[in-house]
Amino acid sequence: MENTAKLTQHSPKHSWQSRTAWRKENAAQFVAPISWVGQRRSRVADGLGYAGMLIVLLMIGLPVYWMTTGAFKFDNEIYQLPPTWWPQQPTLQNFADAWTSVPFGNFYINTIVTTFFGSGFEIFFGVTSAYAFVFLRFPKRDWVFLILLAALMIPNQVTVLPNYLTVARVLGWANTYQGIVLPGASVAYGTFLLRQYYMSLPQEIFDAAKVDGADHLRTMWSVVIPLAKPATISFGLLSIVSKWNDYLWPLIITNREEWYVLPIGIRWLTVQEGYISWGPVMAGTVLVVLPVLVIFLYAQKYIVEGIAAGAVKG
Amino acid sequence: MVGTTTRRANTRVSSAERKEWLLFALLVGPNLFLFSVFTYWPLLYNGYLSMVRWDFLGPKVWVGLDNFTHLFTQGDFSFVLWNTFVFTVSAVGLICGLGLAVALLLNRSLLWRDGVRAVVFSPVMLSGAAMGIVWLFILDPRYGLLDILLNYVGLESPNWFLDTRWAMAGVIVVHVWKNLGYAVVIILAGLQAIPRELYEAALVDGAGAWGRFRAVTLPGLSPIFFFLFITTMLASFQSFDIIHVMTEGGPVNATTTLIYNLYDEAFKATRAGRAAVSAVVLFLGMFAITLVQMRFSERRVHYA
Repeated sequence: MENTAKLTQHSPKHSWQSRTAWRKENAAQFVAPISWVGQRRSRVADGLGYAGMLIVLLMIGLPVYWMTTGAFKFDNEIYQLPPTWWPQQPTLQNFADAWTSVPFGNFYINTIVTTFFGSGFEIFFGVTSAYAFVFLRFPKRDWVFLILLAALMIPNQVTVLPNYLTVARVLGWANTYQGIVLPGASVAYGTFLLRQYYMSLPQEIFDAAKVDGADHLRTMWSVVIPLAKPATISFGLLSIVSKWNDYLWPLIITNREEWYVLPIGIRWLTVQEGYISWGPVMAGTVLVVLPVLVIFLYAQKYIVEGIAAGAVKG
Repeated sequence: MVGTTTRRANTRVSSAERKEWLLFALLVGPNLFLFSVFTYWPLLYNGYLSMVRWDFLGPKVWVGLDNFTHLFTQGDFSFVLWNTFVFTVSAVGLICGLGLAVALLLNRSLLWRDGVRAVVFSPVMLSGAAMGIVWLFILDPRYGLLDILLNYVGLESPNWFLDTRWAMAGVIVVHVWKNLGYAVVIILAGLQAIPRELYEAALVDGAGAWGRFRAVTLPGLSPIFFFLFITTMLASFQSFDIIHVMTEGGPVNATTTLIYNLYDEAFKATRAGRAAVSAVVLFLGMFAITLVQMRFSERRVHYA
């Protein structure tokens, strides 16, 4: 909207501008209203658009829908032909079965604890490191930053074998919370994102805080963190979701079912049910994804912005 | 900052500055320490492991580059590389291509658009393991949803994960389904960054829909598409949970990619050396991709 206003405010000094204006006025008589990306509106195009959206909705949404309805169906209904699109006799039996055939309660507690500490560390390290890199002096500070960034090029997958030896053999932390959490507690990408954000904050605020006699920890806590709230929330939510879904490392470092996290546990349940008893397995997957879906529904804006920030601003 | 440094260069470092150094070390130190223990050191140690023969129990036997020459001359590993290539190229192509189509669709001002955007993005947030299992149910050749739907049009579902020809297609479908929303979000952000004036100018110049797409949309999207291409490639390269829950690399290694091979060699076959070679190849591949990205996107990324 602003752009259009700016465009029309120009006085047509140059010939091309007036010509453009003329053609624009004339075009307006023949062309249907323009949507903001400059598409002509037409019934046919809109109809195709809605048809396309329906196809996309079905392709992406149907598996999740099928999972959810399957979780509430009795076994005989799941294997019945033709299929039912809505549970005829909704039941919670599958959830009870899933909960008793494997220690789902443990999975939940383990996932909540490791996600809480895993993301807690990431957010804490991200905020404190980013603050230090922007507002504190240190010899060769930018070199230190590059060393930290280099970690981005070394994904966890490459280091699982040595880390298994360190954590399980040297530290003896297989099947422990610290064993699951610590190797993934440090953070480079979050430091990078928050540092970018802090650098964009107006300098005057920090000068004011200094004049008021606030020390660094106080400035960080009561000035920087509140100002950078949206970026911190976005990063924090993405961190929580990725810890919740983390798979490879917990798979390697736990081998007793009472220490499994949810993603490992749901596979364990599927194995226990012999890949055939889909009712309890679907109930289990609902239990795994439900908390993340709830977070997503409430905080979609932050999550999507966090993802897009990496591309547009990065 | 530069000014401060030069001004202080001649004088002795003040105690205030020393305090800042100390605070800096306290704030950054733990983060860097953990990276040293769990990222930098393991990378080096993995390099060492790639040159020994070791079963996790007995003594490590130094074999130099034998693990590399063995793997690269033996058929299995080139098959693993081929699988990784097929998986990555198909996944990246489909995610970027379909992502562009869906993003263009959801960029139109249609009713319910935001709802559909949310649905498309939601699988990105959900556990890959859980979604892989849901898809096992859907692709089940006996009572899966896909088989039921195919029966309506007189077709039979293939036996996805017992048939070596279909297994790779199966895991690619699920990976693409799960990650499509990421591409859509990135491309939508890119579309919104294209100035509206360009479309209006193209329109008054008489460009049709295809002309506007070629002259305005595609060039406008190219930087973000490059970013998307790289990140999708890295993510596909590392995809593990879907393959592990759906096929365990099978049948007969048909879906064993580099990362799966690494897991298999280390934790099933207990051949540390060969697993480490997989990790080295994985790292070098990703390193090359990242270097390409840094080379071509320097103007957008400001490191210091």
